[in-house]
Amino acid sequence: MARVVVDVMLKPEILDPQGQAVANALPRLGVTGVSSVRIGKRIEIEFSGEADLEQAREIADRLLANPVIEDFTVRVEESVEASP
Amino acid sequence: MTVIIGVVTFPGSLDDRDAFRAVVLAGGTPVRLWHADPSLRGVDAVILPGGFSYGDYLRCGAIARFSPVMESIADAARGGLPVLGICNGFQILCEAHLLPGALTRNAHLHFRNRDQRLRIGSTASAWTNGFAPDQEIVLPVKNGEGRYVADSHTLDELEADDRIIARYARGNPNGALRDIAGVRNEAGNVVGLMPHPEHAVEALTGPSTDGLGFFASVLKHLVGAPASERSTA
Repeated sequence: MARVVVDVMLKPEILDPQGQAVANALPRLGVTGVSSVRIGKRIEIEFSGEADLEQAREIADRLLANPVIEDFTVRVEESVEASP
Repeated sequence: MTVIIGVVTFPGSLDDRDAFRAVVLAGGTPVRLWHADPSLRGVDAVILPGGFSYGDYLRCGAIARFSPVMESIADAARGGLPVLGICNGFQILCEAHLLPGALTRNAHLHFRNRDQRLRIGSTASAWTNGFAPDQEIVLPVKNGEGRYVADSHTLDELEADDRIIARYARGNPNGALRDIAGVRNEAGNVVGLMPHPEHAVEALTGPSTDGLGFFASVLKHLVGAPASERSTA
C-alpha cells in the first residue's frame, strides 16, 4: 500500500474569508504577531499497489483542485503503516 | 412549435420543480432529465437547477460535472444547445469549463437569502434576448458560495466582449468581482446566473415576475421570433 498526499490551496490572489475569520479570532486567544492565515485541503490517496504519482497528479488536476482558483502539490508519503 | 426544455435532477437538487413550473408558465414543455442517464431525450434546451448536487462535497458542482448527463450536456452545449445554469447549475457550468471563472465562498461568510436588484447586461444570449439592456429586475438570491471570481484578464475580456449578462445593483450580496451575477459563453447559448429566476415567476410567491424573462427568451430564441417582436419593456 502506498499513500500519496495532495495539498490544495487557494491561489494567493483569491480571497480566503475562512482564513481571515480564523486570523481575526487569534487575538482572542491572546495570540499576536500572526499577520495572515490561509486554509487549504489535504487529501490522502491510498493506492493498493505502487504509488502512482502521475495518476495522482491527474486526479488532482481534474477533480481535487479547480485550477481556476486553486494550486496543488502532490507527493508520496513514505513508510505508511498498514491499516488494520 | 412545441419547445421542450429539459430540467436536470441531481441528487441534492432543490429547485428542479420550480424550474419545471417556470418553464410551463413561460409556455414551454418541460421534461425531466436524470443525472445518471446520459440521454437528453431530444430536448431543445437544458436547465441546471439550484441546490447542492452530490452534497456539494469537495467544491460546489465539482462532482456533478462528471455525471453521465453532464458529459452529454457539455457536448451538446459546444454544439449550440441552450443551457442555463442557475446557482448550483452556474457552479457546475464553471467546473465543467463551459463558462469562465469560479464561484467561491461569500466574502462575509454568511449565507445570503434576499430579494436582489439586478441590472441586465448582455442581451445577446439565448436566455436574455427578451430583456432590454440596462433593464433592472428583482430576483431572489440565496447562496453561501456565490462570489464570482476570475483573473483580471478574464474579467476584462468578459466586459470587452459583452459577456456579463447581469450585475448586482444597489448592493453586492456576496462580494462577487465587478458585481457579476451572471455570464454567458462566447456563442451566447450557455448562461450561468447566481440569482434565481425560477423563484420569480408568479406574483403570489415571488418578489416579481421578472424571472419569466429568461424562460421567455429561450422560447423566442428557439422559435426564431423576429427581433421586432421582442419585448423592450
